[in-house]
Amino acid sequence: MAEQTTQIAHPLEPFLRKTTIPHIWCPGCGDGTILNSFVTALKELEVNLDKIAVISGIGCIGRIAGYTNTDSFHTTHGRPIPFAVGVKLANPELNVIVISGDGDLFAIGGNHFIHAARRNIGIKVICSNNFNYGMTGGQQGPTTPLASRTATTPFGNIEHPFNLVHLAAASGAVYVARWTTLHVRRMTESIKKAIQKEGFSFIEIVSPCPEIYGKASKIGTAMDFMNWFKKASVIQNFSDPAQAEITAEKIPVGEFVDVEKPTFEKLLREMTAQAQGKVTGGA
Amino acid sequence: MSTKKLWRKPLDIEKFKVPKAEICLIKDRCKGCGYCIQFCPRQVLEESEEINVRGVHPPKVVNPEKCTICGFCEAICPDFAIFVLEKPNEKKETKEAEKNERKK
Repeated sequence: MAEQTTQIAHPLEPFLRKTTIPHIWCPGCGDGTILNSFVTALKELEVNLDKIAVISGIGCIGRIAGYTNTDSFHTTHGRPIPFAVGVKLANPELNVIVISGDGDLFAIGGNHFIHAARRNIGIKVICSNNFNYGMTGGQQGPTTPLASRTATTPFGNIEHPFNLVHLAAASGAVYVARWTTLHVRRMTESIKKAIQKEGFSFIEIVSPCPEIYGKASKIGTAMDFMNWFKKASVIQNFSDPAQAEITAEKIPVGEFVDVEKPTFEKLLREMTAQAQGKVTGGA
Repeated sequence: MSTKKLWRKPLDIEKFKVPKAEICLIKDRCKGCGYCIQFCPRQVLEESEEINVRGVHPPKVVNPEKCTICGFCEAICPDFAIFVLEKPNEKKETKEAEKNERKK
C-alpha cells in the first residue's frame, strides 16, 4: 500500500498546523495552492510568525486560518476586514493578513472592503476568486461572469460581475495585483511585496473551483481551469485597472497599483499625540 | 552530463555538475489533481497505477535524471504532497572527477 511514503517531512511543515493538515479542500482546488504560496512567502521572508495574524471569513478559503501555524482568527461571514482592522489598530506591530473569498469580501463584506481601502488601513487582503459561492453549493455571486451557469442561474447569469482590481484601485488601495493560481511564483512574490508594504494591499487570485463551479458552468475539471488560465491570462503590469475585466478570452493579470500613502494607523497616532499635547498644554 | 548535444565543449564543464534531484512524494496526501504531472517543464512525473488511501493515482517519478530542481511541482501542489531536495554528490562521481583532473 503506502510502502514508499517518505520519512522526510515537507519543508513547509513548520508553517502548517499538524493537527489540521491534510486539508479538506477538493482535488485541484486553488485554495491549496494559495495556502502553499502564502506559507512559502512567509518562509522566504523569514518573518517572526508571532508577528503575523491571519484572519479569514466564511467560505471554503476561510479554513485557511486553521491551517496556518500563526495567530489566526476565523470570523463571521463578511466581517474579516472589521476584525482585522480591530487587530491592527490594537496592535499596529502585527502584520495582519486577511485571506478570504470573493463572496465573503465583496458581497456581504463589500462595504467594509471599500472603506478599509479608502482609509488606507495597513492590512493585507488576499482574495481567492472562484466565481461563485463554492461552500454552499455554487450559487451565483458578485464575481460570476455574465452568461455563466451556476446552481442558481441555470440559464445563464444576467448580472454584471465586479472587476475586483478596479474596485480596489478606485477605493484607494496602495497595492493592487491579480494573479491566477497558475502564476505561483509571481503570486508568492506579490504576497511577499504586500506583506512588506505599509498600507492597504489587495491581491486577487483567480482560483479554480472544479467540483462546484466547474461542473455547473461546464468549464470542466481542475486541469481545464488551469488550461484556461494558461491560455487566457495576459501579464499587463501597471495597465489601467478599469480595462482589466475577466472574460473567457482574456484574464489580465499583473500588478496594477503600487503607490505610497500615509496609513490610517500612522495618522491616528500622530493625531492622538497632537490632541493629547493640546489638552495637556491647555490645562 | 551529456556532451553530445553541445556543439562546443565549455571549458569549465568538469567543474560544474547538474545537481541531482531527490523527488519526495507523500503519496497518501495526494488527491490526484495532476498539476505536478501536467506542469512539470521536463516531464519528470507520470501518473502511477497504484491507488493511495484517498483512492486516486499519485504521481510516480519516471525521469529523475531530467529534473533540474525548479521546484514548480512543490510550489503548485495544493496538498503539500511533493517536494524536491538536492541529492548530495555521490562518492563515485567525485572520484571520477578527481581522476579526470589528475589526468590533466
